[in-house]
Amino acid sequence: MYAPHTERDVEQMLETIGVESLEDLLRVPDPIALKAKLDVVPALPEYLIQRRFARFAEQNPGVDYRSFLGGGSYRHYVPPAVAALAMRGEFLTAYTPYQAEVSQGYLQAIYEWQTYICLLTGMDLANASVYDGATALAEAAIMALAATGRAKILVSRTVDPNYRAVLRTYCDGLDVAVDEIAFADDGTTDFGALADAVAGNAYAAVALQSPNFFGCVERPAPRATEAIAASGTVPIGVVAEALSLAALAPPASWGAQIVAGEAQSFGVAPAYGGPYAGFIASTQEHMRRIPGRLAGRTVDNAGRTAYVLTLQAREQHIRRERATSNICTNQAHCALIATIYLALMGKTGLRNAAALNLTRSRELASAVANVEGVRLKYATPFFNEFVADVGRPAGEVLSALRARRILGGLDLGRFYPELGTCILMTATELTTSGDVRALADALQEVLRVPATV
Amino acid sequence: MSPQPSEAAGGNGGVALIFELGQEGRANRYLENAKPLETFLPPSLLRDDLPLPDNSELDVVRHYTQLSQRTFGIDLGFYPLGSCTMKYNPRVNDAVATRHEFADLHPYTPDELAQGALQVMYELERSLSSLFGMAAFSLNPSAGAHAELGALLIAKKFFKERGQTQRDKVIVPDTAHGTNPASAAMCGFKVISLPSDERGRVSVAEIGKVLGADTAVCMMTNPNTLGLFEDEIAEIAAAVHEAGGLMYYDGANANAIMGYARPGDMGFDLMHLNTHKTFTIPHGGGGAGHGPLGVAAHLVEYLPIPVVVREGSSFRLDFDRPKSIGPMRSFWSNFAHAARALAYLYANGEEGLKRVSQLAVLNANYLRVKVAEFLDTPYPENCRHEFVASAQRLRKEHGVRALDIAKALLDCGYMAPTIYFPLIVPECLMIEPTETESKETLDAFAQALQTIVERAASDPEALFAAPTTTVVGRVDETRAARRPDLRWRPATGQEEGSRPAPKK
Repeated sequence: MYAPHTERDVEQMLETIGVESLEDLLRVPDPIALKAKLDVVPALPEYLIQRRFARFAEQNPGVDYRSFLGGGSYRHYVPPAVAALAMRGEFLTAYTPYQAEVSQGYLQAIYEWQTYICLLTGMDLANASVYDGATALAEAAIMALAATGRAKILVSRTVDPNYRAVLRTYCDGLDVAVDEIAFADDGTTDFGALADAVAGNAYAAVALQSPNFFGCVERPAPRATEAIAASGTVPIGVVAEALSLAALAPPASWGAQIVAGEAQSFGVAPAYGGPYAGFIASTQEHMRRIPGRLAGRTVDNAGRTAYVLTLQAREQHIRRERATSNICTNQAHCALIATIYLALMGKTGLRNAAALNLTRSRELASAVANVEGVRLKYATPFFNEFVADVGRPAGEVLSALRARRILGGLDLGRFYPELGTCILMTATELTTSGDVRALADALQEVLRVPATV
Repeated sequence: MSPQPSEAAGGNGGVALIFELGQEGRANRYLENAKPLETFLPPSLLRDDLPLPDNSELDVVRHYTQLSQRTFGIDLGFYPLGSCTMKYNPRVNDAVATRHEFADLHPYTPDELAQGALQVMYELERSLSSLFGMAAFSLNPSAGAHAELGALLIAKKFFKERGQTQRDKVIVPDTAHGTNPASAAMCGFKVISLPSDERGRVSVAEIGKVLGADTAVCMMTNPNTLGLFEDEIAEIAAAVHEAGGLMYYDGANANAIMGYARPGDMGFDLMHLNTHKTFTIPHGGGGAGHGPLGVAAHLVEYLPIPVVVREGSSFRLDFDRPKSIGPMRSFWSNFAHAARALAYLYANGEEGLKRVSQLAVLNANYLRVKVAEFLDTPYPENCRHEFVASAQRLRKEHGVRALDIAKALLDCGYMAPTIYFPLIVPECLMIEPTETESKETLDAFAQALQTIVERAASDPEALFAAPTTTVVGRVDETRAARRPDLRWRPATGQEEGSRPAPKK
């Protein structure tokens, strides 16, 4: 309960208030007063709460399997200094920094986060975070709708299927249609189709992801970027694996005006899906349409450098129904974690981590490609994940791998019916050569047995 | 006055930016060295440079420790921020939520290998449903506003399927949180603002004037943001239902009703909770939050996916729900926060939660009575979890505003209350003490506030100058908005394609 009241405190306080009992303060009209017995988990002393959760924890054996899962959530090395700093109570137990004078530290950290995101994406400005990568894409689309006055969104099928689903959820609310562009045989967006689609000047935005959901690095063809520019469509770059930004040319390099992404890779735990840290970065022209909090640098009444939440006229607590978004709480603490991670890794460490991801994923790709019956689906350069075609239902193969305590990757048939024999495999700096061997050996065994279908 | 590197920034009492520190190549050895990037990818795909600073671990630790020391949290002092329920965040919650078996669990782990995580979600979902009288909750939304959006998407779909697309109005009391109208707008609804009566409540008579065939949803919070219980809620709900609309409960103030009343019994069809308020999840300086979305039986099939379901003794994520509005976020839930919320429920149980509400309301009333001795309280009756005071008289007599009082409180080591909200109270101070504060803390706070109010008469200039003990004085917000400086920029020439910093 964590309340400090003694019986005597309660009595004295009731007396000061001038009521007889607590019930006098809490009573509600009889017809709605709670009469039912509740079915809430039972109260436990603290040490038994820990034991209860230890029991739950034992029921997650998958956490210790050799894992090749990625697809929007990644296991990376996180220096212990990240948690030691981020879990400091001053950061952890603060609210949104409305009172700037006692929130300078957090506001500066947000300003640093915004800067890191700008430097990584090549954009002019970034917000203080949004819920995650998927909602970042949805909010970016809403920015483009406002910028263009158009009512349709175009998105590549190589964008993370969860992101596309969330985009559709948001767009349904606004009666905005979402159309998809197919992908070509090389596992990247069909840029010819893209160029044709935007030519009608009907789309507010076109969203492309790189590395895309298949891990392939996408590089929009000039024909496509020219068509996007000519049609006045807002190009949105999506980044689900933020570590790739340490190595790859940023979305700004092909003309993205808004970048919507997920910073989970920067020190934030996979945590069965959240909380993560979404970000939105954009060119200057979209500044007043960007949703959520923005920290700005200014001065105090003595001319000293100071930080403050700014451009609040965009936000719900000021503009109410005319706000750019309804977002209030964002993911500040996850963004703080990412900021500290980036500070610890530095340019040198981050680029090296990216190079290790490239190394391990190539080791993995070559090992599984050597297994009879497996081929790499696409020859396109990839970052840390790729598609392996195992020539039979992927679900069956993954299930057999699970029996060997291996999570072999993601069954792409779940999202792409035409890729039912394909597995999305991921390797990060944490993937060992032992892991790679184990997966290759297990695949060999599994595929040696004739398919059941 | 662009801040100079560390020397100057430190010189005026500030902390240099992380970008102004370090030396290239001062790397921490967390990983083995890899071959250069060019080994793996053609140069056309690689970026030219990455202008990030290299800092030693010690320098990074000092930097963020210094920043933490320039940040005020509950751990440092009383945080009476109205409607934000800034209660103590028990550390056991973090201990269980950050266990390796949860923290390192990948969201695509097959259900049968993640039964523990699923059970955590299931137990939380069932407990919340019972506690608030809902048929089911989805743990998908990431925060309160996110759940509001989900609820309105459900309403929109619900009416569309019934051929009632003319229902495009959302009724929101003038005391509502700003997210309510903003969420409504994100679903294409038009917002009708409903005036509160002289008792600070929504009346059946008043709502009757705006109900009709175009009513979609009425969004209310109960107790409302004045801290008052909407005592006509059952009649209001009946009237809205009679008109064919749905009732939505904004759960930001749920800390006041546990064990006493349930939104489901009040007649609400949809609701959200802010588990980062009522259920002690640390707010972390602005999130991450966690916004479970609850619905009555007739709306369960519309819940965002996935929903965790139990089959015999096992649990699974159910995605196959054809009428769902779809997913609202990348993955299933802010799971770590679901674990924290469940740990808090275990720490309390049903009786404990009831006690939480009792003491939250006791603390608010005790402080209200104390504050009423020297500051106007526009609604002088017993409140629930929070109350409002007004500095209107001080403003008229001495020119001292709610903002000045807020800033003076910072000098006393307190976080300021929520100010200028709700909008209907002039020079409003909205105060929510929560149940985790002791009588001594409330007494000391009331004393500090009284001293400030007295000073408004004797020395108003001192209040205009506040705060003076903080690391910076009042911040120039106008300048921040007029000449936005939202990021640091490398010195010219370092960053390809960079633009010159804005002139100051």
